[in-house]
Amino acid sequence: MDVLVCVKRVPMVGGLVQLTADGLDVDTRMSGFTVSPHEECAVEEAVRITEREGGAVTVLTLGPPEAADQLRDMLALGAHRAVLLETDGREWGPTATAAAIAQAVTGPEFPSFPLLIFGNEAADTGGYQVGIRVAHLLGLPCVTGIKRLALAGGVLRAGRENEEFEVALPAVVTVREGINLPRYPSLPGRLRARRAEITVQRPEFQPDGLRKERLRVPAVPRQQAQILGNGVDAVPALVRVLDDLGVLP
Amino acid sequence: MSDAPDRASAAGGFGGSSPRASAVNIGAGIVGNSLACHLARLGWTELVLVDKGPMPNPGGSTGHASNFIFPIEYSKMMMELTRDSTEQYKELGVFTESGGIEVARTQARMTELRRRCSQARSWGIPAELLTPEGVAKLVPYLEPSVILGGAYFPTVGVVDSLRAGTLMRESAQQVGALTVLAGTEVLGIDKSEDGRVTAVRTSKGVIATDVCAICCGVWTPRIARMAGARIPLTPIVHQMISVGPIALFDAAVGEIAYPIVRDVDENMYERQHGGDIEVGSYAHRPMIVSPDDIPSIEAAVLSPTEMPFTQDDFDPQLEKALELMPELLGDERAGQRYAINGLISMTPDGHPVLGETPEVPGLWSVAASWIKEGPGIGRAVAEWMSGVTPEIDIHEADVSRFYSHQRTTAHVTARAAEGFNKMYGIVHPAEQWESGRPLRLGPAYQRERELGAVFHETAGWERPMWYASNSGLLDRYEGRLMDRGGEWESRWWSPIINAEHLAMRDAAGLFDLSAFAVLDITGPGALEAVQRVAVAQSHVPVGRVVYTSLLDDAGGFRADLTIMRLGPRQFRVVTGGATGMMDLKWITDHLPADGTAHVCDLTSSWTTLGLWGPRARDILQRLTPDDVSNDGFPFATCREIEVGGMTVLASRISYVGELGWELHAPIEQGARLWDVVFEAGKPHGLIPAGIGVYGTTARLEKGYRAYGAELDAHYNLVEAGMARPRVKAEDFVGKTAYLAQREAPPAAVLCTLTVDDHVSESGELRYMLGGEPVLTEDGEPLTDARGRRSYVTSAGSGPSVGAHLLMAYLPREQAVAGTPLTVEYLSEPYPVTVAVAGSTPLFDPRNERIRC
Repeated sequence: MDVLVCVKRVPMVGGLVQLTADGLDVDTRMSGFTVSPHEECAVEEAVRITEREGGAVTVLTLGPPEAADQLRDMLALGAHRAVLLETDGREWGPTATAAAIAQAVTGPEFPSFPLLIFGNEAADTGGYQVGIRVAHLLGLPCVTGIKRLALAGGVLRAGRENEEFEVALPAVVTVREGINLPRYPSLPGRLRARRAEITVQRPEFQPDGLRKERLRVPAVPRQQAQILGNGVDAVPALVRVLDDLGVLP
Repeated sequence: MSDAPDRASAAGGFGGSSPRASAVNIGAGIVGNSLACHLARLGWTELVLVDKGPMPNPGGSTGHASNFIFPIEYSKMMMELTRDSTEQYKELGVFTESGGIEVARTQARMTELRRRCSQARSWGIPAELLTPEGVAKLVPYLEPSVILGGAYFPTVGVVDSLRAGTLMRESAQQVGALTVLAGTEVLGIDKSEDGRVTAVRTSKGVIATDVCAICCGVWTPRIARMAGARIPLTPIVHQMISVGPIALFDAAVGEIAYPIVRDVDENMYERQHGGDIEVGSYAHRPMIVSPDDIPSIEAAVLSPTEMPFTQDDFDPQLEKALELMPELLGDERAGQRYAINGLISMTPDGHPVLGETPEVPGLWSVAASWIKEGPGIGRAVAEWMSGVTPEIDIHEADVSRFYSHQRTTAHVTARAAEGFNKMYGIVHPAEQWESGRPLRLGPAYQRERELGAVFHETAGWERPMWYASNSGLLDRYEGRLMDRGGEWESRWWSPIINAEHLAMRDAAGLFDLSAFAVLDITGPGALEAVQRVAVAQSHVPVGRVVYTSLLDDAGGFRADLTIMRLGPRQFRVVTGGATGMMDLKWITDHLPADGTAHVCDLTSSWTTLGLWGPRARDILQRLTPDDVSNDGFPFATCREIEVGGMTVLASRISYVGELGWELHAPIEQGARLWDVVFEAGKPHGLIPAGIGVYGTTARLEKGYRAYGAELDAHYNLVEAGMARPRVKAEDFVGKTAYLAQREAPPAAVLCTLTVDDHVSESGELRYMLGGEPVLTEDGEPLTDARGRRSYVTSAGSGPSVGAHLLMAYLPREQAVAGTPLTVEYLSEPYPVTVAVAGSTPLFDPRNERIRC
């Protein structure tokens, strides 16, 4: 089964998010970029499906030329093809992004994907929109917030906390971290990723309703650690805490 | 992390309103912990250790170190620091011996590994050359067809450096000597009006102290700047990945069961780490990070020194790693579980930066250490801070070795970038840096360039090694040039050096000695100041030149230089460019406390030309109305004379064993001085001669010792054959130790040896370059009564005596002229003979040519 997974290049951050001087971006000079954990799980889920069912995983992103790094990271995890919808660095809103993705995947150079997987929400903007909007544009059913996925006889069973869905394919699914434990890239995988050709398309910029004014780092309550004691003396207190957390058998 | 303040106060009860510390150590990595431990052992109390991060891993380079230790080094100092550190790790119970192998992919590397095994033998380090199959036997997952062989060092091991640091820190806490302030940021370092450290300001208050030791690794320059000091070091990225789970290691017990592999030709290493294999690289582009750009603990994704991995930079190395360990690293089930751009410290010359900063008394730098030297550095600097001469000679790491230009950001980053990819490189002993040159130019530089000078750099100075314009001499001296066929021995060398040598001995040579450091000691207390540091009697008439060593308290060599008495209250020290700034600090630190003497660096005011050879007097006499006859200007005297319309300070001494003078002139007149001497010398056969003659060939023929080669803190005046008949009555640094050394027969004697046969097993002529082990005729190592192995301290041609010359300290039994021995070079023994035991020159043993 051919599966499409969409990912987004987002800043990697530590505990304290730092902004650029103009307040418009996260300062990534000393941190770098990644994809959201939801999306990494989406790629893992897709790779596992193709390992079982055959077919290929195509990973797609819309972003600047540097987003090719994230595509290669996903290729190293087992994705087979990569597509970069290259932008000039301007911020694309969810409407335009979804439109560009929908247009691209219906193009003649791609197979018709029975399954399109997205992360539940982007790690930076947290808009929860692109997956749903693509489904709408393509006229496909969509289930969101999924943490369990199974395929049987052309029917997709998708679950989240207390709900189970049966969805006919083709369909769009947005998944959440925890659906699986993504693998680490193997070294042969890294080498394959390095040599892989990335398909590049350049969709035309479409301004849409959302525009970023500036970013603000919310005040985070300072975490307070509590010292339970020193050495062996701390054991009873530690056991009480673990018991309260319900992690003891 | 946020529990750190409580933990700190619980640890030491550091709650007073105006606390005072004997010393504040900033940084709790391996170095800071070790320093605290050793200071406490030496009796220091009320120590404070401050770190911004949490214990036991505050986020510095120690926390991500690969933690392996190879005992072999290119520098003797680094080898000894590593040896001491290894012993300390063993005592702490955190050392696991795994063995280690450097593998060769190229023939050049195989030759280098032979040199490396010989070097190991010089220092008593077990080492063995292996065939590819021999390597694969020890490392079954290594593909032998990729390599030509390897060098096996069985005593390589890994350590738990965080545990070691914790144990060391706790040992100082347990004796009540140390308060630890974790989670405490240093905000400033206060100084008194006279510039001394008075306090360290922290986020938890001000700590009054006279001594502050910066053990901050990559943050060192930033902290030093708070006190107005510049410590030349830069953070640079070293990439590392960890791949697992490795099926082969499933059954392995403990952290490591297979030898560590250094794939030196690819600038990489591979080591088992539990169920994973770690791959580290020095092959990627140099990635310099400013200390100000290192993320804070809060903003860091992993830790401040574990920067996000840049996969693109590492990818080219993956193929090489896979090639070497295809089965292990090619396993699709093993993943890259951890990958960082780890920050490490690099200095312009690759050595640590240790000691009190020259700018700020009381501010110490204890920085740029690897895990393998950390505990040894902690011990050595603790000794130094306690006024005890460190057991290991660490002058090569002295923070005061740097000239001002060497502490600029541009210089530090350029040299760090240049040095980074040479980390595992095949580095020639005379290897030259390329970046930041030319910088310090003598006044005759343009003339020298026109003469085809080949310049080597010392302390930023461009010094002519030889002159292409002298290539015509090659024909004249054919048959006596000892030309070298081997590429390695002829690299950074030319037979023209030997031709210049012979021409100087036949007529005269003109040397550019601008790189000399010139230090004037003046004031009513000048004589006392000089007497305090010099071994030789310096209470001499004005106009005398004194050649002397300076000793440390333990009687080891601290410097070797000449002093001219220019006036009742003025002495001029002339010393080597490489050590000039260290000598300046040493002399400054020993000035009379009453302020009656001053020392002033005049290096940039004076230039020096050397004129030596049997025709030197004829040449000089043509240029001066003054009397330069032997009676009118005796040996070991100096005075001003007129030369070509200039006033020149002439000093009749020699480091090449010929009649002649050092001519010191104001630097702006140096070019003219060169011109007039050069012109006057032409009819007498004067040639420009390079440092190849001055520093090696002529020196070795005369048995003159060089600081840093023969003379270091591990040997003494008696062993070097430099003890004088009498010891001056006045006190001087090292006198007590020196008097004791004179009482007992020396454990070793510095000898000059000649190489009897240069032909290798394959029929090539080979010439040692220094560092090789000296062995018995049967190939057994020589060890003196103090446990020191014999090795070649200096090596070079002796064209006038027709032999390749070596210097080495030999045990007394072997230190007898005529004793046959061998020297191991490239794993082969070469026969040598002790030509001279002691300091009698091989050439002109009665020094008649100098004193005529």
